[in-house]
Amino acid sequence: CFAPFLCLRPPQIRVKPDRTGVVTDGVKHSMNPFCEIAVEEAVKLKEKKLVKEVVAVSCGPQQVQETIRTALAMGADRGIHVEVSGKDYETLGPLQVSKIFAALAKKEQADLIILGKQAIDDDCNQTGQMTAALLDWPTLAFSSEDVTLEADKLKVVREIDGGLETIKINLPAVVTADLRLNTPRYATLPNIMKAKKKKITNVKPADLGVDVSSRLEVLKVDEPPQRQSGVKVETVHDLVEKLKEAGRI
Amino acid sequence: MNVRHYTPRQQIALFHFVIILQKLKGHEEVNPETPYTSDTVGNPGAAPPRLPFSRVTQEDLAFFRTLLPGRTITDPDLLKSSNVDWLKTVEGNSEVLLRPKTTEEVSQILRYCNERNLAVCPQGGNTGLVGGSVPVFDEIILSTSLMKQVITFDNISGILTCQAGCVLENLSNYLEERDFIMPLDLGAKGSCHIGGNVSTNAGGLRLLRYGSLRGTVLGLEVVLADGRILNCLATLRKDNTGYDLKQLFIGSEGTLGVITAVSILCPRKPKAVNVAFLGCSSFQQLLETFQCCRGMLGEILSAFEFLDASCMSLLEKHLKLTNPITESPFYIVIETAGSNATHDEEKLHKFLEEVMTSSLVTDGTVATEATKIKALWSLRERVTEALTHEGYTYKYDISLPVEKIYDLVQDMRGHLGDMAKNVVGYGHVGDGNLHLNITSPSKDPALLAAIEPYVYEWTSKWKGSISAEHGLGLKKRNYIYYSKPSEAVALMGSIKAMLDPKGILNPYKTLPDNIH
Repeated sequence: CFAPFLCLRPPQIRVKPDRTGVVTDGVKHSMNPFCEIAVEEAVKLKEKKLVKEVVAVSCGPQQVQETIRTALAMGADRGIHVEVSGKDYETLGPLQVSKIFAALAKKEQADLIILGKQAIDDDCNQTGQMTAALLDWPTLAFSSEDVTLEADKLKVVREIDGGLETIKINLPAVVTADLRLNTPRYATLPNIMKAKKKKITNVKPADLGVDVSSRLEVLKVDEPPQRQSGVKVETVHDLVEKLKEAGRI
Repeated sequence: MNVRHYTPRQQIALFHFVIILQKLKGHEEVNPETPYTSDTVGNPGAAPPRLPFSRVTQEDLAFFRTLLPGRTITDPDLLKSSNVDWLKTVEGNSEVLLRPKTTEEVSQILRYCNERNLAVCPQGGNTGLVGGSVPVFDEIILSTSLMKQVITFDNISGILTCQAGCVLENLSNYLEERDFIMPLDLGAKGSCHIGGNVSTNAGGLRLLRYGSLRGTVLGLEVVLADGRILNCLATLRKDNTGYDLKQLFIGSEGTLGVITAVSILCPRKPKAVNVAFLGCSSFQQLLETFQCCRGMLGEILSAFEFLDASCMSLLEKHLKLTNPITESPFYIVIETAGSNATHDEEKLHKFLEEVMTSSLVTDGTVATEATKIKALWSLRERVTEALTHEGYTYKYDISLPVEKIYDLVQDMRGHLGDMAKNVVGYGHVGDGNLHLNITSPSKDPALLAAIEPYVYEWTSKWKGSISAEHGLGLKKRNYIYYSKPSEAVALMGSIKAMLDPKGILNPYKTLPDNIH
């Protein structure tokens, strides 16, 4: 599984006039970079024959299918598209997504959930941890070196402030991927062609018994204050004068 | 001596003969003032002796300092980078760098220099590859770096008017915010100035789709050698009133006038851009892929570039870039730009399926997302950079019939054998333009002698151009006869004499030494 696709930051992010969020219409959407790393890790595990099947999951509107196809082209076996659109999609947050993932994990009898550590549009860094909590599974967040299996335990190295930490956890588990875990492969043409034939099933949150209504209300979204332009001065003397004027010295 | 009736090869031979004769006579041909120290005299790419221009005096400096306070640079450390070209192969010794802000200032500078018989070297971003952007001797450098204002932009017609010193990438960013793009794009975009692009009629990666600057530039403001300001800065798509003077200045490499402002027609920013990176096992298949591409992608195709396996190994070795697909003898970068993502992807996928199933292409990958697109493009755009790590690069920018392009690379490899470290080919194959690059650990006159005039004769035989888009500058001025008949060159000389009788604008460049 991996976290939903999201809005990729274009050169100009604009706040909606009603200040309830940012403009997403016409903005190019694509796979979250950390989730791409997660997909790559999952495919590598399959290539090492440590897992049997890789299922790519994404929650969102119709366009999400393109992102799932990319994951299939990278090597995932099949995809699941959880349809969430319109208002529901705008208010979809980590808690609802975690509930969806937890429900799916039970339904699919998954042993391992890998997702990106956080989405680069909201920077929440909550979905992985919440999913594990809902399932009562161990979490290993910010994995930064190859995930391996030793006996029945999952062995993962993660980056921490003081260096690297090696942890073994029981399966089933949730792992979130950090930047240096791997370099995602390019989806090559033969695989892109093959991916067209792989299956993507559609599911609604209601089918999984999940209520996607949000308990959070966004009060307002503002742009950061405009940076004031600087003033150029010709000489050191002028600089000192200006600093004095501004009360800085 | 009238050289008009000889073939190019004979002309070059005569040129050498004259040099040797003059050497024997004890003339100052071996001149301590030539900037090359290790080139042998008699190399048509080296500089001729200094022409009798005046030298800069204290009075001159006083004039400039009054006209451009704080913008008359004489500090040798600051001058250094403007005296050397980007490839670090040519160095002049100018002692004055001027930074005007307005057309009026440029006019006053040139009027003064013309009266004083002081030579001037106009300079934009200094990214030229033929030694045209730096002084040969002590020419005054006239820099456009402070002429960077956008004057107007009309978002209905897409016509941008700006000063000549605007950096191409900055213009691109400005336009992208307004849903437009520049009609040209090249690897040097972060440094090159639009004035320099126009003066050299730069080609670049988008020429295939949007055409050359000769079509997209609608107007120019130019200051002539005697300081007269020629305002042909029309912003009209159609204007057939008299001779189209701006075409003279486009591509004239600063020798007929100094461009101070440009009005240019800009296309809308495409809503959907896709890049495909493909591998082919032979050049013939690459050409067939191009034909298929033209047929199936036609109106959305915006770039078709190639690089060979040698280029890829240099990218991997020096810049640590990864090859996204399996190793192949040839790689193609295809870009599509259109107004509807779904339609474009459908066209692209049909095309990719076709070339894969027919085995024209052995492997490939596609990108639709900005960072991935940039990564794929860098495999083509950074080849020039990778080459600089190999030592000394001999660069040739050749136009040929498209099916002959790689023959030149292969023939050159055979011809040079062990003398060269690398012989690589890449470029705008869609435009019939090859960038042939040969490297050696350091400058090697014997290697140069083996390359030239072989490469120019080869090109001339197939009626190609010895400089497709880089221009002639200093290095290639004397090879013009390989691609232009003498009558044409003579007429160019007349035009130059008419517009710049004292020859102060960018001397020693573009036109060959032996026109009088």
